[in-house]
Amino acid sequence: MKSIVQAEINGEPREALVDTRDTLLVMLRDRLGLTGTKEGCGNGNCGTCTALVDGDPVCSCLMLAAEADGSRITTIEGVASGNELHPVQAALVTHGGTQCGYCTPGIVLSAVALLKRNPKPSEHEIRHAIAGNLCRCTGYDKIVTAIAAVAADTSGGVR
Amino acid sequence: MEDLTYLRPISLAEAVTLLSKDGSRPIAGGSDLIPQMREGRKRVSTVVDLKHVAALTSIEAKPDGGWRIGAAATIGAMRKHAAFAAAHGALLDSAGLIGSLQVQNRASLGGNLCNAAPSADGVPLLIALDAVAEIHGPNGERRVPAAAIPIGPGRTSLGTGEVLAALHLPPLAARSADRYLRFTPRREMDIAIAGSGVRIDLAADGRIAAAAIVLASVGPTPVRAEKAAKSLVGATPSADAFAEAGAMAAGEAQPISDTRGSADYRRDLVAVLTRRALADCAARLGVQIS
Repeated sequence: MKSIVQAEINGEPREALVDTRDTLLVMLRDRLGLTGTKEGCGNGNCGTCTALVDGDPVCSCLMLAAEADGSRITTIEGVASGNELHPVQAALVTHGGTQCGYCTPGIVLSAVALLKRNPKPSEHEIRHAIAGNLCRCTGYDKIVTAIAAVAADTSGGVR
Repeated sequence: MEDLTYLRPISLAEAVTLLSKDGSRPIAGGSDLIPQMREGRKRVSTVVDLKHVAALTSIEAKPDGGWRIGAAATIGAMRKHAAFAAAHGALLDSAGLIGSLQVQNRASLGGNLCNAAPSADGVPLLIALDAVAEIHGPNGERRVPAAAIPIGPGRTSLGTGEVLAALHLPPLAARSADRYLRFTPRREMDIAIAGSGVRIDLAADGRIAAAAIVLASVGPTPVRAEKAAKSLVGATPSADAFAEAGAMAAGEAQPISDTRGSADYRRDLVAVLTRRALADCAARLGVQIS
């Protein structure tokens, strides 16, 4: 069965014709061409497909596209302002918090959501917030350092 | 996955009508159902989305001091509800063990109960807190203890067309504490090899007036350790009483040996986790134990 999903994606109203079996991940990547969101495990363990739905991080592989109708979605494509990186992205670059880069979109979105609800997280809170994002390169320390650096910045990394 | 129809009712009555059709299943968070459908473990022709029915997603304080939690209320929503979080921190902590934050922003305690996994981390304290399941179906509404919902791995006592609408938590006793502890090889994002959820209520004289112990991952459903709980009633909280209750709970567990742990190992874990969870409850109630 086909259905039309209307959602606000990265600040713009979008419409997609989806198969009812499509996950939100499939809709983003294959129907809308937003390929910044990656598929990892496909069952909610790795967090690589993280997107923000109504502000909260979710696994887009664990959600039907049809369920997203009427929601507000932020993907990695909607995080930077034009050519200006989001402070979390900039900090990951500065601190080398990215190796192969496959987990990075999901990490960025989890960190953005964390800093929005808690601008001054402890190291424990940072690690907890990204516990659902697996990095197979295991470069966690630099990722944590980068997020902590954004939190320590007086601007807090929140826009 | 076979062809799928997606329906979005906005009232409970409409949801019940839609669910009475063959092949229909409710979807709350979908964090269990979607992988099950994709892997062909569940054949579903219609999903009925429960998340747009207010009665299924609201979290309400009841006049008697208890709570009604809509079956599709997300764990994330429970955490954001300050009064609920203050009243039921231990239950929220147990729900916070389910998957990642991403999963908790979709998943619900009602779904955790209805998925009927013996390892469900959110369920032991629901049972220990005497939660009551509000069920709606073609024949109207009925209520049963939450403990009666899971009847085997992946199987529930819900009839055709029935849906869990809410979980009702009765008011807590004046001096009551509860705690769920589990053991996993990894600290996060793992399935319990064994878990123990306990609750103790203290009487005015400091003795234990009521107790409940419910075990995870050591039987086909969550297991109530009745004898162990009964051994605590009338006792003064003490390390010996808690160790004894832990040992009895280990005896009441019905574990199997599998890739995650042997039956003997699971029994040992139950003894330790139960003892520690009880000690945590005493500490929360400001009771020094020797």
